[in-house]
Amino acid sequence: MPIKTAAEYFSQGETFEVLFWVGCAGSYDARAQKVSRAFAEILTKAEIKFAILGNEEKCTGDPARRAGNEFLFQILALQNIETLNQYQVKKIVCTCPHCFNTIANEYPELGGKYEVMHHSQYLEELLSLGKIKVKEDRSTESVTYHDSCYLGRVNGMYEAPRQVIDHLKLEIREMKRSRQNGLCCGAGGAQMFKEDEKGEKRINEERIEDAIETQSAIVVSNCPFCMTMLQDGIKAKEKQEQMMVYDLSEMVLHKMR
Amino acid sequence: MLQILFFSILSGLVFYIAYGRFLQIYKNISLGITENEKHNSITGLKNMILFALGQKKMFNKPVSGIFHLFIYLAFALTQIELLEILMDGFTGEHRIFAHALGSFYNFLINSIEILSFLAFISTFIFLYRRNILKLIRFQKPEMKGWPSLDANLILMGEILLIAGIFVMNSSDQILQNLDPQHYPSTGKLYISSFIGASLLGQFPQDWLIWLERMGWWLHLFVIYGFILYLPFSKHLHIFLAFPNAYLSNQDSRGKMSNIPVIENEARSMVGLSPKEIQDQTEIFGAADIFHLTKRTLIGAYSCTECGRCTAVCPANLTGKKLSPRKIVMDIRDRMEEISKQPKPNGECNDGKNLFDYISREEIYACTSCNACVEACPVLINPLEPILALRRYDILMNSGGPSEWMSMFNSLENTQSVWQIPETRDSWTKS
Ligand code: SF4
Ligand code: SF4
Repeated sequence: MPIKTAAEYFSQGETFEVLFWVGCAGSYDARAQKVSRAFAEILTKAEIKFAILGNEEKCTGDPARRAGNEFLFQILALQNIETLNQYQVKKIVCTCPHCFNTIANEYPELGGKYEVMHHSQYLEELLSLGKIKVKEDRSTESVTYHDSCYLGRVNGMYEAPRQVIDHLKLEIREMKRSRQNGLCCGAGGAQMFKEDEKGEKRINEERIEDAIETQSAIVVSNCPFCMTMLQDGIKAKEKQEQMMVYDLSEMVLHKMR
Repeated sequence: MLQILFFSILSGLVFYIAYGRFLQIYKNISLGITENEKHNSITGLKNMILFALGQKKMFNKPVSGIFHLFIYLAFALTQIELLEILMDGFTGEHRIFAHALGSFYNFLINSIEILSFLAFISTFIFLYRRNILKLIRFQKPEMKGWPSLDANLILMGEILLIAGIFVMNSSDQILQNLDPQHYPSTGKLYISSFIGASLLGQFPQDWLIWLERMGWWLHLFVIYGFILYLPFSKHLHIFLAFPNAYLSNQDSRGKMSNIPVIENEARSMVGLSPKEIQDQTEIFGAADIFHLTKRTLIGAYSCTECGRCTAVCPANLTGKKLSPRKIVMDIRDRMEEISKQPKPNGECNDGKNLFDYISREEIYACTSCNACVEACPVLINPLEPILALRRYDILMNSGGPSEWMSMFNSLENTQSVWQIPETRDSWTKS
């Protein structure tokens, strides 16, 4: 799939509509890479002129900041802002809620002001505008949806991803803890990058029990870290035969005409 | 005359002691730092009306929401009766508002009676939930000892308070017929006339007079007791929930506060010119009360120890040591400890700080999921101090879990959270 970088657009004297912010997980984690490819494919099919930063992208600094390393956060953030400003980026779409949150809420104070969207918002918009067309077959499938903390409670976005699922004509079976009461997957606040403190259980196992209760075969996530955590939870419960985790964009791509 | 004198001396003493204690709390809160971010007072007022006055979040748990509402409304309305009691006490009058308010007085006292009755039932339900049903959120380790006793004492105080009202009103109902000269008519009080008729009907007049006074004094003593007790109790939330909601965070939940000094250091590292800054502090994050915001400190005094935050905390739910309520309670305890120390130059020199209360194990278990922030009915934010403590431990102590050190290393070396040899765009090539 030919994906152009901002630098390539720039050197060809062209402009692009949105910048796809890929994030560390989307760039390096094997499972999340698939999501990046799915999302890029949707954008290509929908004929959106988009760019990535490619090797000029750096971690947004979210895990550094939440882990308390403010200095490292500042360095990463300032460098990213410089790059983004250099390419006169106006609009950014992220497939990771942590990247989304940091760029949307923390970069402005450091001089990085953009229109930032999470891909669930962006996909909702494209579906509503008819830029993405989905197959009409009304399937009987049902899915369950996991609210990531950084999209949900932190940024108040509970409905856009549900509307996307709605557009796909899929039924949502809500978990007993959802929306404001959603349970964390256990990865946020830089927990992804260390072992759990000692306890009775891992958080992702507690969460996957909610999902198992719904008896859906598919858990839809909107965050690469939730995805890993939920997948691990499924493995721990030995439910690999019954359940799969998909990102919202994978669900959309699957249903696209 | 003797009664007026006694009443006046007692009242003076109570208010004097309470004043000193409230002043201390004010001073403790002033130990915190003032933030210079924009605070919108309209939004602040809205939050106060919605969450403190309007109890909005209480109804996320309908059962405790409704019973708490009864107690709250009864408390609010009883203030009018309290005003009358104080004026009667200072003047030696009896039911000084009765004449002036006429039939409205009857309506008022009846409303107070009905709400007090509902509040009476509520206190028993609350006692039951805490002590017999043993709801999990009231049984966490941080609730051992004083916090549980505190809650029960308040509930029992409430029972006495309401008992006082009914003893006073029901004997008064009978006395109004026997001696209308001294006992102005309140009109029929639905609950007290019933109690009066069924329980006190056969009592001689001098017993009734005595009972009426006992009810009055009981009510007053419990109220004065509360005034003195409040500043030592989680019950302080009845006042501080208001300023706390007013001052609560209005910024995005996803934004951590900036540290200008570090920002400038980073700017020079990446070759940008430094910004002009006011705040030159060399202490980053928080190790003690002096490094926390005033907002956090008011929050600590506003905490009702309800445990709604802990009940939804993913770390706590899975058996980790972290409990957001405990963090908030620890901050309060530390403030109390500091206020007992001699402070030669503004700071405390007892050689302790918050880390003597809160362990690393607790602060590093937090996923910053904001469930505690969402859950708190009085808009306390337990996450802020947790992240501030982390900041301090990492930046000032070079502490932190070792896996994070390798994450920091790869962020520094490869600008990615993982140490990975591939190029960042390799995913586009397969
Ligand atoms: S933000 Fe931290 S303390 Fe609060 S509920 Fe989530 S994990 Fe617990
Ligand atoms: S912080 Fe809020 S939710 Fe937690 S115990 Fe205190 S009042 Fe309750």
